[in-house]
Amino acid sequence: MSAELTLKGSLSGFKRMAPLSLFVVAFGLAFGVAAIQRGLSGLETLLMSGLVFAGVAQFAALELWGPEIPLIALIATTFAINARHLLMGAALYPWLRHLPPLQRYTSLSVMSDANWAMAATDYQRGETNIGILVGGGIALWLAWMLGTALGVIFGSGISEPERLGLDVIMGCFMLAMLVGGKTKLSMLFPWSVAAMAALLALYFLPANSHVIVGALAGGIAGLFLPDTPKPKETSKPKETA
Amino acid sequence: MSLALTPAGALVAIIIMAGVTYLARIGGVMVMARVPIGPKVERFINAMAGSVLVAVIVPMAAQGDWAARMALVATLGVMLATRKPLAAITAGIATAALWRLF
Repeated sequence: MSAELTLKGSLSGFKRMAPLSLFVVAFGLAFGVAAIQRGLSGLETLLMSGLVFAGVAQFAALELWGPEIPLIALIATTFAINARHLLMGAALYPWLRHLPPLQRYTSLSVMSDANWAMAATDYQRGETNIGILVGGGIALWLAWMLGTALGVIFGSGISEPERLGLDVIMGCFMLAMLVGGKTKLSMLFPWSVAAMAALLALYFLPANSHVIVGALAGGIAGLFLPDTPKPKETSKPKETA
Repeated sequence: MSLALTPAGALVAIIIMAGVTYLARIGGVMVMARVPIGPKVERFINAMAGSVLVAVIVPMAAQGDWAARMALVATLGVMLATRKPLAAITAGIATAALWRLF
């Protein structure tokens, strides 16, 4: 089986992703508001959305934003949150290997959860249009930027943000992502370990270490889970595991 | 090691984040071109991905006010009932706003 990346295919991917992208505008708006309230300038907020293009990691980075930005914590948190992309990319490898390296690694710069999910489903159905990943990714990126810009404009106009509850957007967003994933009940074990470790780190270890400590503790706890015959990402072909 | 929050410091932080994120996006494909990810590594990454979120949310609930806690409860409830992230987040934000209003 082969696969190809064309302009026509990318346009069709863009059109398929466009309706879903409207939701991303709302998330981008939430991020723009949260970033402005955290003290980022409008330009910094737009740059972060444009270059990083990873919502959860961006929300988490806001937690680290202060008079001093802890570098190790920023790198570790960003990596830990985006580590899922390693598996997502790996699952699409059988498709992407048909592209020349330059196209392959450029296409991956717009890989996000939603267009990855569509691409992975397409791949499993035997379709050959990698444009769903690229065109879909561009649609998501534009929506994310539009939302961020709206949040930047809207956010600075809100005088008493606590009253509106906008400061809890991040927590609610993350919780929705956590619960919304296709998760097995056995995940409650590593998550409980992560919660305990994060709380202990919060009270007994240096500031901002709790996310890394909790994430690593949860990951290590995950090693003790029984081997499951079905991987979490349904689209991950067994022969590559 | 930390960056002072000057415009240059913030720019460096953003570029570092972008670099780390891009490496995560291409890393899996680069590795797959050589070594397959084993079940152990996959279990670790799967458990770690959710654990990151848990490690952010739980301390937030522990340190936040009751409006923030109720917002999280509302989000969880709506999310479990409807599986719609946007509805769940809206419910959470509205709960926090109402809690503080009264």
